[in-house]
Order: sequence, then structure tokens, then C-alpha cells
Amino acid sequence: MGMGHNGPVTEPVLLVIVVATALGFDFTNGFHDTGNAMATSIATHALKPKQAVLLSASLNMVGAFLSLAVAATIAKGIVDSGIVTLDVVLGGLAGAIVWNLLTWVLGLPSSSSHALVGGVVGAVLAASGTKGVLWEGLIAKVLIPALLAPLIAILVASVATWLVVHLTRDVPEKTNDRMFRWGQIGSASLVSLAHGTNDAQKSMGIILLALIAGGAVPQDSTVPLWVIFSCALAMGLGTYTGGWRVIRTLGKGLVELEPRQGMAAETSSAAVIMLSSHFGYSLSTTHVATGSILGSGVGKKGASVRWHIAGRMFLAWLITVPSAALVGAACYRLDQFAGSYVVIGFLLVIGGVIVAWSRRKPVNHKNVNDAWEAGGGAESAIAESLVDHDPSLLVVNRKRSKKEKKREKKEAKLAKKNAERQVDHVGVH
Amino acid sequence: MSEFIEWRALADVVVVGLIVGAGLPALFALGVRALAGPGSRTEVEGRRPSRIAGAVACFTIVGSAVISAIVAIGNGGH
Repeated sequence: MGMGHNGPVTEPVLLVIVVATALGFDFTNGFHDTGNAMATSIATHALKPKQAVLLSASLNMVGAFLSLAVAATIAKGIVDSGIVTLDVVLGGLAGAIVWNLLTWVLGLPSSSSHALVGGVVGAVLAASGTKGVLWEGLIAKVLIPALLAPLIAILVASVATWLVVHLTRDVPEKTNDRMFRWGQIGSASLVSLAHGTNDAQKSMGIILLALIAGGAVPQDSTVPLWVIFSCALAMGLGTYTGGWRVIRTLGKGLVELEPRQGMAAETSSAAVIMLSSHFGYSLSTTHVATGSILGSGVGKKGASVRWHIAGRMFLAWLITVPSAALVGAACYRLDQFAGSYVVIGFLLVIGGVIVAWSRRKPVNHKNVNDAWEAGGGAESAIAESLVDHDPSLLVVNRKRSKKEKKREKKEAKLAKKNAERQVDHVGVH
Repeated sequence: MSEFIEWRALADVVVVGLIVGAGLPALFALGVRALAGPGSRTEVEGRRPSRIAGAVACFTIVGSAVISAIVAIGNGGH
């Protein structure tokens, strides 16, 4: 940011708005990424939906406190750090938030850090043109890893799943389910913890930079305690709110998961995420987690993978940076032209519209695990079970119409009552 | 293209990722198999001690991997 004012706070309003927006981004980051850790545990009934988001939220908060090696940089090596001003940060955050909300309502997992990078790149482009962006860094650190991460995760998770399924093929299914659910909870917890550490620190870094640039804290300040608390809290709340749409896509949309696959997928996610940062080739949690779930379908014989849904996700990942950049650039211009109040107002309106849109077809902890293809009906279920040589698919179908059954029962009761009443009537006469 | 991909780091991630990411679930599966797979119980004595020892060994390795992962996260080596 390179403009250290150690005197009075220079632009208090802008500073407050940037901090609030950063916390807002932290919140969307939390709810967008709950599924990375918990979708499989919810889908395999290792945890009840509410339990899962509570566990994940707590671990995200613990993770936020666990390590305070905050890297106070934004998009380092991707944009020229000399031109990252508070206004650029605000534009970047706005772009990231809008992209996160939009992908959430579509139920698409998407990387929050890529969205942030995209937003900042867009704001930098609007602020100082193409020379402010280090294109090689953008390609090498963001775009290519986005393509490679799912491939690596698919490879690791499919090998893991194949090994697990092979080794436990003659263990009773009940025992498998019980034991692997525990393993799954353990590995999902690790993913949550790592996410809290990684991603909450991003927001802390942004706020710290903003505070330094705004002159609220000295140049060499460490992260103030209230920043750690509020970031941990915002992310925890976001996680607890549960991005049920994304969870549903990840847990039910890609592969029908059983606990053995869930455990293999979650463990390879945790391993690849942590190792990639260790070796200095950071991969997005979202891309890895999604790839792992796909891999758990590839590695199990007879499991079908809905590649068309995966394809939609890959497409979303490819356009994450340009889309967020577009919004980021627009918000930067809006900020320059009309002021930061207007940017906040714009974000609130967009947020409201998207939430209203999501209400039309709500996904929550109650219906998050419903069968993916609701309109399939009995015939397609029978066909599916014949094709897969798997009679258990028919059981799933019975579950699917539980609601209908309830309704039928109710109607039957009503009919009975009516009949009785009629009998009474007849009896009186 | 080669200047855009850090092949070395990428290879490290893939190889070690395979060893850890597929090895740990496999070890866990071995533990489950030792406990509940065919031949784990005899008619009279119940579970065989050797199988229990094997399972404990597997789960201990998996458990210590998890603990070292938490330590690594705490050290900021994420």
C-alpha cells in the first residue's frame, strides 16, 4: 500500500467502510466454503446438518486464532502493490462479495480467494490500467492452479477411494459405515481448521493493511485483538449460516457418497491443501475439495459422477477472475465517481436482491440432503437401479417420496373421518 | 508454458499428496479390516489379539498424522 500515515486517521469514513466490507467478505467466505469441509459428512449422515455447520464454525474460529502469522499482503505478485489504495481494496472486496453471492445462489462452489484476486485486479485495472497487473503472476499463481487443483485432487482421491473400497470390500457394510463416519468427521474437521487459519487471516491482513494505510495504527503494527476477534466471528457466523446451496451441490449433486468415499475424499482434500501450501504451490480449498469428491466417485466402481454439473463448476472457476474483476472495476469507478457510501449501498442492494432470489427456492438444513433429481419419479429410479445393478437405489426412491406418503396418510385419515362422520349421520337417522 | 507452471512444486504436491492423501485412508481401512474383516473373530475367544494390535497400530499412525497436521497449522505452515 506504501502510504504510511502515522498521524491522524486520514479518511475515517472510507476506513470504516473498508473494514466493514472486509468483514462482510469474511462472512461470505465462511458460508461459501462450509461445504468444502462438511458437504460429505452431511451427505453420508456422519453428522446432522446443524451439527456439521456448528462443528465447522467452531473449528473455523479456533483456526483463526491458531496461527497469527498474518501475511499483510493482498494479491502479492499479482498486482503492483504500490497502487493498492483503500479505494482499490474496497473495489476488490465488492467484486469478490458480489461473485460469492452470485455463485452461492446458483449453488456453485467457487474459490473466495480467486474472487478476491479478481476483484482487486479489476479495481487496479480501473485505477491505473494494464500496467498495474503482473499478468505472468496472475496466470502462474491463479489461473493455471485453478485448472490443476481439481485434477490433482481427483487423482489423489480416486486412488484413496479405490484403496479403501478394495481393502474393506469384505467388511460388513454396517461396520464400514460406522467406522468411516468417524474417520470422516476427523478429516473434515482438519479441513475446517485449515480453512479458518488460511482464510480468516486473509481478511485480517486486509483490515490490517487498511488500518495502516488509513493511519489508524502505526506502520509496523501487529494485528489488533479486535480484528482477530471480529474476523473469527464473521467467518464463524458465515460458516454457521451454512451455504446450504453449495453444500447440497457438493454433497449430493456430484456423486452419491457413502462414508468410505466421504472419508477418502476429505482426507485427500486435507492432505493436498496442506501440502500445497507447504510446498509453496497454494491451491484453492474449494477446487481441491470439489476435485476430491469427484475423485471419490471415479475411484469406486459403479458410482456415477454427474460430470455435467462438474463441468458447470469448472466453467465458473475459469470465469471467476474476469467476472469479479468486472465488478471490482465497476465498483472502483463508482467509488471514485460517487463515493464509498454508494458502493456500500450498491452491495446492500445486490445482497438483498440475491437473498430474495434465493428465497424463491430455499435450500436449508431440512432439505439439503433430499435426492438430487427430484422429478425423476419411480420409473427412472428403477431404471437407474437396473443399470447400476444396485437394488439399494430403490430404497432411496422410497425415501424420496416420504413427503408424499405423509400427505397420503393425512388424506386417508381425513377420508376416514369423513366416512365416520357420515356413518354417524346415517346412525342418527 | 513451462515458465507458468512450477513443475517442481507441482510434482512434490502430487507425489507426497498421493502418499499421504491415499496412504492414510488406506491405513485407516486396514485398521477397520483388522478389526472387523473376515477372520478377525474366532468362535470361542472373540476378537484375535493380533488383529486388535494391528488395528491399534494403524489407528495410532493415522492419529499421529492428524496431530502433526494440527501442529503444522498452528505453526503457520499451512
